[in-house]
Amino acid sequence: MFSLKGVRHRYGAREVLSLERFEAAQGDKWLVLGPSGSGKSTLLHILAGLLHPTSGTVEVARPIGIVPQKLHLIASLSVEQNLLLAQYLAGAKQEPARAAQVLAGVGMADRAGDRPHQLSHGQAQRVAVARAVMNRPKLLIADEPTSNLDDAHCAAALDLLEAQAAECGATLIVATHDARAKPRFAHRLELGA
Amino acid sequence: MNLPGISLAYLRAKPLATALNLLLLALGIATITVLMLATQQIEERMGRDARGIDMVAGAKGSPMQLVLSAVFHLDAPAGNIPLADATELARHRLVKRAIPLALGDSYRGFRIVGTNHDYPAHYGARIAAGSLWTTPMQAVLGAEAARATGLRVGAKFAGAHGLGDGGEEHEEEPYQVVGILAPTGTVIDRVVLTSVESVWEVHEHGKPPGGPREVTALLVQYASPLAAATLPRAVNAGPTLQAASPAYESARLFRMLGVGVEVLRAFGFVLVLAAGLSVFIALTNALQERRYDLAVMRMLGATRAKLMGLLLVEALALSAAGALLGLALGHVLMEVLGAALRAVQQVPVTGWTWAPGELWLLVLALGVGALAALLPAWRASRAEVAPVLAEG
Repeated sequence: MFSLKGVRHRYGAREVLSLERFEAAQGDKWLVLGPSGSGKSTLLHILAGLLHPTSGTVEVARPIGIVPQKLHLIASLSVEQNLLLAQYLAGAKQEPARAAQVLAGVGMADRAGDRPHQLSHGQAQRVAVARAVMNRPKLLIADEPTSNLDDAHCAAALDLLEAQAAECGATLIVATHDARAKPRFAHRLELGA
Repeated sequence: MNLPGISLAYLRAKPLATALNLLLLALGIATITVLMLATQQIEERMGRDARGIDMVAGAKGSPMQLVLSAVFHLDAPAGNIPLADATELARHRLVKRAIPLALGDSYRGFRIVGTNHDYPAHYGARIAAGSLWTTPMQAVLGAEAARATGLRVGAKFAGAHGLGDGGEEHEEEPYQVVGILAPTGTVIDRVVLTSVESVWEVHEHGKPPGGPREVTALLVQYASPLAAATLPRAVNAGPTLQAASPAYESARLFRMLGVGVEVLRAFGFVLVLAAGLSVFIALTNALQERRYDLAVMRMLGATRAKLMGLLLVEALALSAAGALLGLALGHVLMEVLGAALRAVQQVPVTGWTWAPGELWLLVLALGVGALAALLPAWRASRAEVAPVLAEG
């Protein structure tokens, strides 16, 4: 579902990412591991089309769903509106029924009218995942989804991502420096500092 | 979800800032609206009141006072003129028509005007009830005077000395109402008409008969355009009369009032510009506050144009709401002012009318809003996404 060839990215003179080849098929689950500053976020942004690499070719199946590290739900909109916003901004038809279905899938069916500030971090993360899968992505990207979570919540967050990716038949890429995620992923890309 | 929906959600999320911006814009628009409505109505009203009157002849003094007192019934007359001089002027070959006015008394603030039947005819007044006067001490009420005093045909009343409230009443010489005029939208609605002889009778009560007769003013219509060049000069050259042009004096009055009006209008525009600046500051601050939101929107697929549209729609929604609120406020203020002026029998103005320029006020407000949003909107559309998301 994506293919990166000879991708390099520099910030000024500093090269932050260098990948000769990185490819994934539909339904693959990839873990991108590496410490802070290793280029994980740069890789995710290149995959998401938010950043153009300095060199190399990028082919990614769309649409893409992204769960950013800080979640970044829009505070002035309700949970349901945050989901519908994803469809509106992507130019897709807005489907309240789909929003209800996705929210039910992440266990947040009864919080559709709440504002983000009324949610716990775990609930907000579920909503962020729901927003990412609203457009039935072919590639689901999560940036540091387990940071600052205890073991139980870490497992729950990864379960949720895997379940939702499977539901959409999407390729899943999780970028983290958290080694607890390692055993769950058959495909791993380790980036150096 | 759509751009207006998202913009309104952001506006609702900051109720105080939104309300203050709305208020600032509304106050500016309301100020300009009140001035627009007031000047339009006063100009129209004075134009109607003075139409067909080329010259006013009266006692020597201030020509503006003469016009204000004799045409618009707003000021006190400077004095009276001998009937003989007025009659001589009325018979002048350059005078087509001359309507005598004898002032001096009032009833509950409404002036009693001694005149002849040419006066109501000049304003196209029709009788709504009763008939015009035929003998002295019969009175015909203008529509507004009848409504405010509650007098009906057959009622009797005593005029009070002077043109304001509180004058000594001429109880021994009561008037009888014989007619009520239909509304004309002119000054005649606010006066009580009677014959010139009635006014003489009231003021000669208890005095020896045979004294010199006087009137207050003569409303003159020229027989030919030539009269405008020669007649006022001839009148002013005489020892007793003064000529004044209603058109010239009205224009002079508006020029004098115009300075104040322009200052207030400028104040209104300053408020509108201040509101624009406030919107600009609010949106510029919002760029910083919403940098994550904007980045997330780009991440979710928003085009640069959509982000630009988001801020533009927000500013336009604020401007349109402020302008509509200001227009409504302006009309309400105008109506309150009109009610106060009607209560003291001054120039009637109302808030229930529309000035064509108000549409331009709406355009102005939207223009200021769009201008204020342009730079923040452009910056929002150019913002880099990845660095913002990366800094998390």
